[in-house]
Amino acid sequence: MFPQLLPQLFAGHEGGAIPVVDPSSADGAFGLLWLVVALPALGALVLLAVAPFTRGAVDKWGHLLGALLPVGSFLVSLLLFLQLLGRDEGDRQVSQHLWNWFEVGGLKVGFDLLYDPLSALFLLLITGVGSLIHIYSIGYMEHDARRRRFFGYLNLFVAAMLMLVLSGNFLGLFLGWEGVGLASYLLIGFWQHKHSAAAAAKKAFIVNRVGDIGLSLGVALMFATFGSTDFSVISENAAGASETTLTVLGLLLLLAACGKSAQVPLQSWLLDAMEGPTPVSALIHAATMVTAGVYLIVRSNFIFELAPHAQTVVVIVAVVTLLWGAIIGCAKDDIKKALAGSTMSQIGYMMLGAGLGVAGYAFAIFHLLTHGFFKANMFLGAGSVMHGMDDDVDMRHYGALDKAMPVTFLTFAMGYLAIIGFPGFSGFWSKDKIIETALADNWVVGVLAILGAGITAFYMTRLMLMTFFTEKRWEKGVHPHESPQVMTVPLIVLAALSVLGGVMLLGDWIVDFLAPVTGTAAHEEPPIPAIAVTLIVVAVVAAGVATAWFLVGKRDVPRTAPTDVSFATRAARQDLYGDAINDTLVVLPGGALVRSLTSIDKVGVDGVVEGGSAGIGGLGLILRRAQNGYVRSYALSLLGGALLVVLALLAVNLS
Amino acid sequence: MTDFTKPTIEYSYLAPLLVVFAIACLGVLVEAFVPRKHRFLVQASLAIGGVLLTMAATIAVAYKLKEHGDASTGAGARGIVGSMGTVVVDGPSVFLWGLILVFALGGCLLFAERRLEGGVSAFAGQAAALPGTEAERRAAGLDHTEVYPLLLFAVMGMMLFPASGDLITMFVALEVLSLPLYLLCGLARRRRLLSQEAALKYFVLGAFSSGFFLYGVALTYGFAGSMNLGDINEAVRNDASNQTLMLIGLGMLAVGLLFKVGAAPFQAWTPDVYQGAPTAVTAFMSAATKTAAFGAIMRLFYVAFGADRWSWQPMMWVVAILSMLVGAVLAVTQRDVKRMLAYSAIAHTGFLLTGVLGVQSAGELSKGQLTSMQAVLFYLVTYGVSALGAFAVVSLVRDSAGEQSALNRWAGLGKHSPLVAGVFALFLLGLAGIPLTSGFIGKWAVFEVAMSSGAWPVVIVGVISSMIAAYIYVYVIVVMFFRDPEPGVAAYVVHPSVMTSATIAVGAAATLVLGIIPGPVLNLAGVAGQFLR
Repeated sequence: MFPQLLPQLFAGHEGGAIPVVDPSSADGAFGLLWLVVALPALGALVLLAVAPFTRGAVDKWGHLLGALLPVGSFLVSLLLFLQLLGRDEGDRQVSQHLWNWFEVGGLKVGFDLLYDPLSALFLLLITGVGSLIHIYSIGYMEHDARRRRFFGYLNLFVAAMLMLVLSGNFLGLFLGWEGVGLASYLLIGFWQHKHSAAAAAKKAFIVNRVGDIGLSLGVALMFATFGSTDFSVISENAAGASETTLTVLGLLLLLAACGKSAQVPLQSWLLDAMEGPTPVSALIHAATMVTAGVYLIVRSNFIFELAPHAQTVVVIVAVVTLLWGAIIGCAKDDIKKALAGSTMSQIGYMMLGAGLGVAGYAFAIFHLLTHGFFKANMFLGAGSVMHGMDDDVDMRHYGALDKAMPVTFLTFAMGYLAIIGFPGFSGFWSKDKIIETALADNWVVGVLAILGAGITAFYMTRLMLMTFFTEKRWEKGVHPHESPQVMTVPLIVLAALSVLGGVMLLGDWIVDFLAPVTGTAAHEEPPIPAIAVTLIVVAVVAAGVATAWFLVGKRDVPRTAPTDVSFATRAARQDLYGDAINDTLVVLPGGALVRSLTSIDKVGVDGVVEGGSAGIGGLGLILRRAQNGYVRSYALSLLGGALLVVLALLAVNLS
Repeated sequence: MTDFTKPTIEYSYLAPLLVVFAIACLGVLVEAFVPRKHRFLVQASLAIGGVLLTMAATIAVAYKLKEHGDASTGAGARGIVGSMGTVVVDGPSVFLWGLILVFALGGCLLFAERRLEGGVSAFAGQAAALPGTEAERRAAGLDHTEVYPLLLFAVMGMMLFPASGDLITMFVALEVLSLPLYLLCGLARRRRLLSQEAALKYFVLGAFSSGFFLYGVALTYGFAGSMNLGDINEAVRNDASNQTLMLIGLGMLAVGLLFKVGAAPFQAWTPDVYQGAPTAVTAFMSAATKTAAFGAIMRLFYVAFGADRWSWQPMMWVVAILSMLVGAVLAVTQRDVKRMLAYSAIAHTGFLLTGVLGVQSAGELSKGQLTSMQAVLFYLVTYGVSALGAFAVVSLVRDSAGEQSALNRWAGLGKHSPLVAGVFALFLLGLAGIPLTSGFIGKWAVFEVAMSSGAWPVVIVGVISSMIAAYIYVYVIVVMFFRDPEPGVAAYVVHPSVMTSATIAVGAAATLVLGIIPGPVLNLAGVAGQFLR
């Protein structure tokens, strides 16, 4: 079997108390759990499958329905959350069994939902931020002829994402995983009349498939090892599996997480994905879907805790990504791409937290939540700016927008202060905790994380200055104006959350709340006192802000990007050559393979068909010529194949 | 010289084979004696009624098998070795019979579709008339009603194929199922040159591969001294003297069978034949031939050569890997829907072979694991219904020159015919193996059995190639729904009669239902148990 065939790469592991998933069955209000998924799924069904047969009747109110259902989902989630808080700490795992997906002999895969503190927080994030973005989209997509379809896709996304975080086994998670991938693909390419959007959608799809290979193989390996994909069964039996198996499993799950969460080396699709409408970037490519990888790793803690080598790889990937994304963010003039680089980088922080094990899981989720608030806030803010600037995304054409768009400016500023970690704002608390934990674990990782925080401060300040301050560099005929209320109200709500998100850390609430899922860590003292760490981080952030002030704020910003720049800037503008690396390592050899296979196919097969359109007369000629040659060549290939089969049999058995 | 003994034939167990054969012969008589204007109605209802009758007979046999004990608790096999050892009626045989008959019923319905061509069937009015001549024009209003008996003869061969108890019967069944198919492939009403080309290619290459099979039969007889699969099994177990002869024989037999399922490197005929044949024939052939031939492959390799699994498994690994990769990679480069489906059929052959690699006997499995027989049977169900449905949809998309399967002509189909495009998208998602469709469970089942028998490299290739292939399926969906049609060349959907609609509807429902509640069919495949040795 699989594990035995691999050499024993690693040996020995320290055990630890890993919480076993052992839910009680749903009763009372928890019986409503399925509604959370069903409401947006219903919306997708109505808007996508039913509406085309109603002769446009749904187009009039489709967007309202599409916005209303996630709100309903949010209300149910809130109710469930309050119920959960009312329960004893040891009793906060609830599962709802919907039906048996398949059942053969003793093997059973159920369609089970699992509601525990981890999924509870995700439910609130997805439905809460999701609802706000749906409402915002009513304004943003007002003039789009395909608005109903857009809301249908958004609902599909929300349903799939909820399925992902609510499933009680890896197979259901996989279902949601594929679903969000599909919705993301459809939404990135929503404006398919733009060639770049179609290409970006394709790229996102392909890169994500690479990650999905990891997840499918991981699920298959779980079946082979544990005979089940239920979280409860695996968490109970994980300690009995060999460490090599668990390491392989961990690495496969990490590959999946890299694809979905745009971590190096599968990062290249996220920047291109910004071709989608801005609410999509905010919801899918900032707040929720791209954090699914972090969820996967935190959820699989029972595997990673027993596979320390896989955890180390997670940390390495995370640190590389958090720097990679930050550096890209420094060089981009496209406001959405700069934000996308920053998303990559912030997810790197979350992955770092998740890779640090029990001590870090809760902080990874904490940062994930605060990031969901402030990044959605900033993306929607960027959308509002674009709305006022006739869809121009180049920051070199912005400047001095603080007066023209006061609400957008103020809300954006809240997000900005949160992301750079200005003391008191939500991002300050969450990032600080990850850095502290990282320092306690390994000082190199900690120092690099602090460096990342400095770079974050630099590029976000640059973005802020170029957009809202400095002098006007507007295109002719552009008259920036504040967006309608349907767009600014969600901004205000998200800004408030960006400021206040830190309250979740009061009295270590989030750590204790998540403890039934992630376990309780023994307290480890960082090498230097926590307050010193905080002061150092703040100082580095201040240095980053000051650098940006002197390099961008004090100088004139040219309206076109200067070309005589250093190698470092050029590299960063090219996404650190991520695409070039992909091209050389994957696309070119792959292309060559396909081309050679195709040419074999063409010689043998396609000649006949290619001529098909040349008219009956020409076709006859071609076919007559083809008749002689091609069957012979087929027969030859058949003979060759037969020889191959026989020789292979003899070689294997008689050698 | 030994005395001649009167052969015993278990008529009640062989009833399904005999019924379908009798109805086919009756069809020939109808062709000779019933006036032309009544023939279509008589033949079509005879064929459909015959298939239904055979189904009833098959169900009766299935109930008779129940008396042989419960396979899931007993030794895992039940049934009889009938007709002096030539036909084996056991659980898997009966399951495959039922499946083939379901596909045959779909085939009959598609054959009988006459609305798409404006009152005539999709088959040539007069096959003997040269294309482009006056004779062809005069035959324009006619129908070839011989197609129904031909279909039934093929069905009889297909049913006999996986139930053969010895190599001679297997060879005869192979020919009986192939010859009518060669003919049917050449009978398209439109694009007749392409169709005849396909038929001839299929025939020449099929005959060539039959030659290999026959040679393999001879060599195996030389090794084992018997044609009977059970006796060959004995010889393989006990006689290590002439290993080379056995291996070459095994290889030759494998070539003949792998050709029929279109596994790489014997796949060259598949795209041409699938494209050239009338779409109704392609639909029937892609589902039913694969089912029959996989039944035969499993019987040959599990029963006759099962004891020597390690000698043929490496070869099967290679063939499975090649089929999946070649099918998936080349499918991605196709810009014609029928050819794309043909390459996808090659890839699916690879997935099925992956399932064949699994552990066979229930004794080696822990409770709850699938047997590879169960996985392959289930996969055949899922693939068959999706393929049959997908090809049936292809027959609806047309322009003035008949069917139009060039992908760029399909652009915008989702806008003007959302239902047809939606159903086709469902079939494609099923073929791609997206969760909540039948294809996902099927893939999961074959990967799972291969994984637990240690064939993980094959599974990795399988997962990768299904990812690759998913790209083209999704691309087709994107073209249908998001691409604006090029003015003037866009294909349109012709509304079919209830025959085709019913086939498509059943296929779509099965694709969806088997994805959500696959349990009953998986269990049925489990109850079918193992081959009787």
